[in-house]
Amino acid sequence: MTDSVNHATAASALQRLTQHLRPVYWTRLRKTAEVGIKSIQAHGLRSLLTVLGIVIGVAAVISMLAVSEGASFEAQQQFRALGSNNIIIKSVKPASMEASGGSNMRPQAISYGLTYEDILTIQQTIPGISNVIPSRIIKKDVRHLGRDISTDVVGTTVDYPISRNYNLRSGRFFSADEMLAQRNVAVISDEVASALFPMTNPLGESIRIDGNYYNIVGVMEPEAYSNLGRSQAGSSNAAPTRIFIPLSAARYRFGETLVRQAASGVEMETVELHEAIIQVEDQDQVEAVGQIIEQILERRHRRVDYAVEVPLALIRQAEESALRDQIVAGAIAGISLLVGGIGIMNIMLASVTERTREIGIRRALGARKQDIVQQFLIEAVILSGVGGLIGVVIGILIPVVISLFWGMTTIVTITAPLLAFSISALIGVVFGIYPSIRAANMDPVEALRHA
Amino acid sequence: MDSVVASVHDVTKTYLMGELAVQVLHGISIDFYQGDYISIMGPSGCGKSTLMNILGCLDQPTSGSYFLGDKDTSLMNDNELSAIRGARLGFIFQSYNLIPQLTVLENIELPLFYQGHTEQHSRRIATELADRVGLGDRLHHRPFELSGGQQQRVAIARALSNDPLIILADEPTGNLDSKSGAEILKLFDELHQQGKTLIMVTHSDELAERSQRQIRLRDGRVESDDRLS
Ligand SMILES: Nc1ncnc2c1ncn2[C@@H]1O[C@H](COP(=O)(O)OP(=O)(O)OP(=O)(O)O)[C@@H](O)[C@H]1O
Ligand SMILES: [Mg+2]
Repeated sequence: MTDSVNHATAASALQRLTQHLRPVYWTRLRKTAEVGIKSIQAHGLRSLLTVLGIVIGVAAVISMLAVSEGASFEAQQQFRALGSNNIIIKSVKPASMEASGGSNMRPQAISYGLTYEDILTIQQTIPGISNVIPSRIIKKDVRHLGRDISTDVVGTTVDYPISRNYNLRSGRFFSADEMLAQRNVAVISDEVASALFPMTNPLGESIRIDGNYYNIVGVMEPEAYSNLGRSQAGSSNAAPTRIFIPLSAARYRFGETLVRQAASGVEMETVELHEAIIQVEDQDQVEAVGQIIEQILERRHRRVDYAVEVPLALIRQAEESALRDQIVAGAIAGISLLVGGIGIMNIMLASVTERTREIGIRRALGARKQDIVQQFLIEAVILSGVGGLIGVVIGILIPVVISLFWGMTTIVTITAPLLAFSISALIGVVFGIYPSIRAANMDPVEALRHA
Repeated sequence: MDSVVASVHDVTKTYLMGELAVQVLHGISIDFYQGDYISIMGPSGCGKSTLMNILGCLDQPTSGSYFLGDKDTSLMNDNELSAIRGARLGFIFQSYNLIPQLTVLENIELPLFYQGHTEQHSRRIATELADRVGLGDRLHHRPFELSGGQQQRVAIARALSNDPLIILADEPTGNLDSKSGAEILKLFDELHQQGKTLIMVTHSDELAERSQRQIRLRDGRVESDDRLS
């Protein structure tokens, strides 16, 4: 009975207290902050120099993270376009063959790379492979009327566009029937279309490759990233001009041995397949399957005339390198914020000494120790907070400038400035504590006697 | 018939200077009555300021007791001492001790700020008091823009803002020329007439004449305590 009464009165007393205190408390905080701002303004240059460490630290961290985030985003975007469920295997001409080819007087065919047998073995021994898209990539001159362009002719299967998220702009891809019938049909890339058909619609037109005519059934959309694998047949960095024809037609028309005019004479090489995309059903299995493929190819080939690319692993690598950048950025942030914090502590100690008399006056007029602590802490936090804010502004501007002038992708996440700012404010608290306590613990009489 | 507002009983103060103990006050006992206008006099170094610091709860006696109102200050902790300074005491210093970055009005408001009064209330009282000490037209000036006499008047207004039990003034005219000093003393006379309790340390017999009770200290002891009529 008495307990509950006590409880009720205590609660109402508390309520009364908070009712009265709330607005006053905020007013006080605001007024204390005003005093802090005034005394910071009184030493404008000194304050600015003091927070420079924090400004630089915060700005450096935000812009570093923005650059790293941007780079990692770009890399991931590229690898993702290759397909995170895909494994790409390619034929690679071994370095030893290059040298021997030149010293011969009589042209001799060299043969290397992936074979149909390889692909079949992979498909049959590894479970969980949903699709395999092999292709031959041959460098050819393609003509239409008076125009011609040197391009990669890609003989592949019907699933090629789907496997790489590569869409048609108009028309269609060649069909399974056309594949079976080894038809002379072609799907051209946007770049080829604009080179050979600047004015007209290429659909339904014919192009000529090595004396054979191919009917154009589709045009691919422009590539956002040059990520479709580098050309195997020579050109490494040219714009990705491509023509897709049925693999069967490519085999039938061009055979397996390619003749090429080299500086030393005629060069012949036999490559069954230049590339194959292996699609794995379960994304979690991609890396494991990649390793198995590597083992299978190792067993089947005498030389390393192939390469296995796992985009997912590359995505992981990009993520890891981003993480590394973040750790470096964090370390830099830590060091510069520490330096900034020491600067703030230094300036706050100077301020406390300079304002000893003010502290004495305030104490005489009724300020408790905690009021003095609060006053100097708020001042330290304002100082570091302003530094943090300037740092955030500069840190956001730097990536914009980098993007504008160097064309790099930079990404400022919301968390980076928020985190950097909060940490800088926290620095104010941490490094303001000691000076504030020192101020509060001054003897009022001594402080008042201070010159 | 007047009630006691404060009393010190057998107060001593000893400072430790290294190993050397220097006793400054040797058992001082005084009762202060409501409405007293007291001047404390004595040669330099006799302990006047030391006593004032104890009366102002800025310092505590080494032994003896000090009652302010009905409260024994010797039992108080630092927070309670701060609170009682803010609520019950008004200080006027020889060197004015205004806070330079604050305006006249803000300086006068300061004790109210620490008492947790609302802004409007503080502002009203501070404006009234500034008017009363003749600085109604200087509300937003900063201390360095004022003469010494004007600054001391701001300090008086500040000392009055929390309607204190006792006003303590340690050589309030020590830094002023005679004309400004006279103005301050005129204000003190007014305060006395309004029934405020004033304790003033002074070196000047002439100033002490205006008070109604003169206490002389010598070597940390009360030498004489005369009530003038
Ligand atoms: N913190 C201290 N430590 C040591 N001695 C002190 C301290 N404060 C004051 N004293 C000594 O106490 C004595 C009295 O000092 P006090 O300031 O009270 O004198 P006063 O009467 O106010 O003198 P004045 O008229 O010059 O202002 C002096 O001898 C002084 O040196
Ligand atoms: Mg003195």
